Amino acid sequence: MSIARDKVLEWIKASADVLAENRDYLIQLDAAIGDADHGANMDRGFKAVMAKMPEISDKDIGTIFKTVGMVLLSTVGGAGGPLYGTFFLQAGMKTARKLELGLEDWAAALESALNGVIMRGKAELNDKTMVDALTPAVNALKQAIEANLPMEQALRLSAEAARQGMEATIPLVARKGRASYLGERSAGHQDPGATSSYLLLKAAADTWTDG
Amino acid sequence: MKKLINKPEDVVKEELAGVALAHPDLVRVHFDPNYIVRADAPIQGKVGVISGGGSGHEPMHGGFVGIGMLDAACPGAVFTSPTPDQMLEATKAVNGGAGVLHIVKNYTGDIMNFEMAADLARAEGIEVESVVIDDDVAVQDSLYTAGRRGVGSTVLAEKVCGAAAEARRSLKEVADVCRKVKGWGRSMGMALTSCTVPHVGKPTFDLPEDEMEIGIGIHGEPGRTRMKIKPADEIVEMLMEPIIKDIPYKSGDEVLLFVNSMGGTPLIELYVVYRKAHEIATKHGLKVVRNLIGPYITSLEMAGVSITLLKMDEDLLKLWDAPVKTPGMRWGM
Repeated sequence: MSIARDKVLEWIKASADVLAENRDYLIQLDAAIGDADHGANMDRGFKAVMAKMPEISDKDIGTIFKTVGMVLLSTVGGAGGPLYGTFFLQAGMKTARKLELGLEDWAAALESALNGVIMRGKAELNDKTMVDALTPAVNALKQAIEANLPMEQALRLSAEAARQGMEATIPLVARKGRASYLGERSAGHQDPGATSSYLLLKAAADTWTDG
Repeated sequence: MKKLINKPEDVVKEELAGVALAHPDLVRVHFDPNYIVRADAPIQGKVGVISGGGSGHEPMHGGFVGIGMLDAACPGAVFTSPTPDQMLEATKAVNGGAGVLHIVKNYTGDIMNFEMAADLARAEGIEVESVVIDDDVAVQDSLYTAGRRGVGSTVLAEKVCGAAAEARRSLKEVADVCRKVKGWGRSMGMALTSCTVPHVGKPTFDLPEDEMEIGIGIHGEPGRTRMKIKPADEIVEMLMEPIIKDIPYKSGDEVLLFVNSMGGTPLIELYVVYRKAHEIATKHGLKVVRNLIGPYITSLEMAGVSITLLKMDEDLLKLWDAPVKTPGMRWGM
């Protein structure tokens, strides 16, 4: 089983929808420990992505991801713009010329995306950032591949690992970004970046599995 | 939310349109991507000086574009870093062949977006230097945070770097002036009220009527302490003490004293603050030889004040006194 190009496009659309639905939720999370712009920024960015989609829907998956990255880079702003821009640019480099993705292709793309985010943001695990949701998601995918689990199950496990990683940010003290200025006061709040990362991976699992 | 706006998503665009109409002799405004650029840019042989950041801090940065200060400014959404394509296009627009200096405030988003823009500009063959201003002494635990925030010294850096570029100094020399300000400038601010970001619609943080936040950041980042409001003199002491403790200069040095309104605090109160800050500086043996008083780096309608001390030497004094003609700062011409 594999993820066809149309399914990738569906995931982008589902991501735009889920970020629009969760715009105010992300703003609320960000207002608690940041500057209350994450929800508005991501929603604005993915709306711009959707406007660009018709031009690239017949291209390869790498081109689609790279285009998403460039649009996010030029429309999101804040820290989320370079981070999610880099995420999709790196995923695009790993999927160049592909018209469908096997599970291993997706795992490689996601790992490369995660490494790009780490390189750009210089965050480590447990700094209370996107990395805390993405890292367990990548690890879960790799373990599922080693265990020869079916694709649907692997995607579900990956999204579930991202959810746990996101929730695990709640007690953490932020070490990066604007939340870090709160010091101990940042503990007790879920990280908005980890939350948007989970929402994207949840949308992928929902779009790419029947369940 | 009570604001003189039309739609929250149109605020920045409409503000830029107003700037373009008000100051056509000094600046041009480019839309998509958004940047404000000197009317006569690019100037052959002159280093371009660029800054940028979220909107909501006016007159910084757009109000400082003009003769003797910035060549371009890139405004992001309110309190949101601008994007790399803005900085890249602005960099190209001001490149007169002598290179371009990016003056960046130390915020995670600004750093990443400017880094990407500098990489893209270098890939197009433009020489770029970046200097990150991080002067907010309110941030104590800078090892475990994103580091000290860039605040008041940024305004001063933009003025003296602009003057250095106007005098046709090289990119390295202009960047050295910026690094000097980075090394010698120290700031701290406080808030009496919160502020409301237009697209959020409610105050960024809650601050009860009788309380204040000491050490506030320019986007409402939390400071060192929150306490009951006190008389102005005690507040000024609470700001000046950490600054003076941190400054890398000693009794006898000459300084510029910058008292800045966060947006909602009127001049009458700024002068009350200046009086006390001047007294404290003098008591510590610092000689206040220049000053700047007014709303220059604001946080929307937040009431509050920030104080910046910058050690001055002969060269900085010359650059500070050099003529400047921008919408937000003007003297000598």
